[in-house]
Amino acid sequence: MSAISELTSLRRTRAKTAAERQQQRKENGRDNKAGYLFLLPWLVGLVVITIGPMCASLYLSFTDYNLLQPPKWAGLANFREMLHDTRLHQSLKVTFIYVFVGVPLQLALALVIALALDKGMKGLSFYRSIFYLPSMLGGSVAIAVLWRQIFGTDGLINQALRLVGINAHTGWVSDPSYALGTIIILHIWTFGSPMVIFLAGLRQIPTMYYEAAAVDGARRWARFSKITMPLLSPIVFFNLVLQIIGAFQSFTQAFVVSGGTGGPSDSTLFYTLYLYNRGFANLQMGYASAMAWVLLVIIGAFTAINFFASKYWVFYDD
Amino acid sequence: MTSTLATPRTTDRPAGPDPHRIGRRRRRGVGSTVWSVVKHLILIGCSLLMIYPLLWMLVSSFRPTNTIFRTPGLWLHNPTLANYTHGWHALTSPFGQYLINSGIVVLGAILGNVASCSLAAYAFARLRFRGRTLWFAIMLLSIMLPIHVVVVPQYIIFNNLDWVNTFIPLILPKFLATDAFFVFLMVQFIRGIPKDLDEAARIDGCGHWGIFTRVVLPLMVPAIATTVIFTFIWTWGDFFTALIYLTSPDKYTTPVALRSFLDSTSGSDWGAMFAMSIVSLLPVFLVFLFGQRYLIKGISTTGIK
Repeated sequence: MSAISELTSLRRTRAKTAAERQQQRKENGRDNKAGYLFLLPWLVGLVVITIGPMCASLYLSFTDYNLLQPPKWAGLANFREMLHDTRLHQSLKVTFIYVFVGVPLQLALALVIALALDKGMKGLSFYRSIFYLPSMLGGSVAIAVLWRQIFGTDGLINQALRLVGINAHTGWVSDPSYALGTIIILHIWTFGSPMVIFLAGLRQIPTMYYEAAAVDGARRWARFSKITMPLLSPIVFFNLVLQIIGAFQSFTQAFVVSGGTGGPSDSTLFYTLYLYNRGFANLQMGYASAMAWVLLVIIGAFTAINFFASKYWVFYDD
Repeated sequence: MTSTLATPRTTDRPAGPDPHRIGRRRRRGVGSTVWSVVKHLILIGCSLLMIYPLLWMLVSSFRPTNTIFRTPGLWLHNPTLANYTHGWHALTSPFGQYLINSGIVVLGAILGNVASCSLAAYAFARLRFRGRTLWFAIMLLSIMLPIHVVVVPQYIIFNNLDWVNTFIPLILPKFLATDAFFVFLMVQFIRGIPKDLDEAARIDGCGHWGIFTRVVLPLMVPAIATTVIFTFIWTWGDFFTALIYLTSPDKYTTPVALRSFLDSTSGSDWGAMFAMSIVSLLPVFLVFLFGQRYLIKGISTTGIK
């Protein structure tokens, strides 16, 4: 079903006897020439656009490089600087808050709505479209522009608050204590795509399980916790992994809402925004590469933790 | 299904309503109707809340800027197109230029993704060659690779080739199947095409290229449609890459143009900004409207964003 379950199943099917392996090896060479010809564009891309640059950026992370002069070896200087860079620490804090508040809330909402949209209920496809639409548009600059207005001093939110008698004059996006919150709300607003994945997962749960449970007298909660949740857990896991990976990299919304600065007072200084500023605004490509590798390590670590923890709560049917 | 469970007890009776089912429905009747009405009300409330900002932006784009800040409602007095005409010409080039730029990039990206990803997908799904499992695993891992790890050296490469401020850095990678999502999506789809068809074509004298172009490609139109739609939406909205590579205003794609609009007016001309935002969202909305079936299918089979 998903890229992640595909990876785990690749790992599982590896165990085989020696004879089988040899047989498979012989078979595997059948279309060598055609295989690599078909794969050629992808392989070139992998080397030139992905793996080559990855190695280059690892090298650059140990150098001082401003695009104009050749890179100067700097050893661990970039990483040492990161230890003392308070803006970097702020950007980590902002990003972690965003990931650990935004992702769970978004997924929870996606799950609740997906559960509410029962199979065969009236208007299912209508609701699904409405809920899905924001996630199609949410990453765009236009929506970030809209958000800046909605949460501005005289924005839609404050107008609505004034209508109900609260005289609100907080500029939500210009107040350091709320600015990040508005971007988290924007993230939650785009719950439609995990919701659609949940809906697809729910549809795959065989109805007979519920019927059997009903015969046994299981109540709504029991059916949910004993059937729905275990069978849906691989999908929850999948969504969680992907959303965390994605959330660590969010950029556009913070960039537009804060006007590219990460302000006010660095309260929306996302990690990638800071990386962009160091690399492409200040032309400190070495430092930006070092930051990129730290990001990769962080994302890798969280994905690994997720996979490790999944043994304890994700239920695989097969 | 309930009826099949009840069948053994009701075999002797003539066809008719099953007493068990009637009983259960009646017992649940009132409660479940009330619950269903409440649920629909809540869902409609949520839906409204979700799309209210969008509707409001649409309506506000037809209002004079000075009233946008006073009107949280959706009622439209004296609609005006002034925002659109003003916004269209507010930047150095007319806004149409940015739409055309975006269009060129999107078209290139679509062609690239469809061509390169389908080739790679056919190899992964149908051909047996050495190292296939390893390459496949690498392909899956590359889906999750953050772009930031490669963006600096990529920029250096394109800069040395003098391709910065052209559309090449935005399009060329797509011809090299760097959007591995779509490779995976197509692999999934090709696996579902019966292998007998390949065999039949082989017996008729087709090589791999023949099987690919005459059998697999025509059958994987739904997967291609999904790829086209997602590529459209993502490339149309792509901000980060365009921001890095496109430096002169006449080359801007729509998102970068919108951003520079926000900067140049220091965020005060909301009417024109909303109008151009609506213009920039319109193509995505249309694609969403007509391609929803493929979007939903694509997202549920591969779980892409």
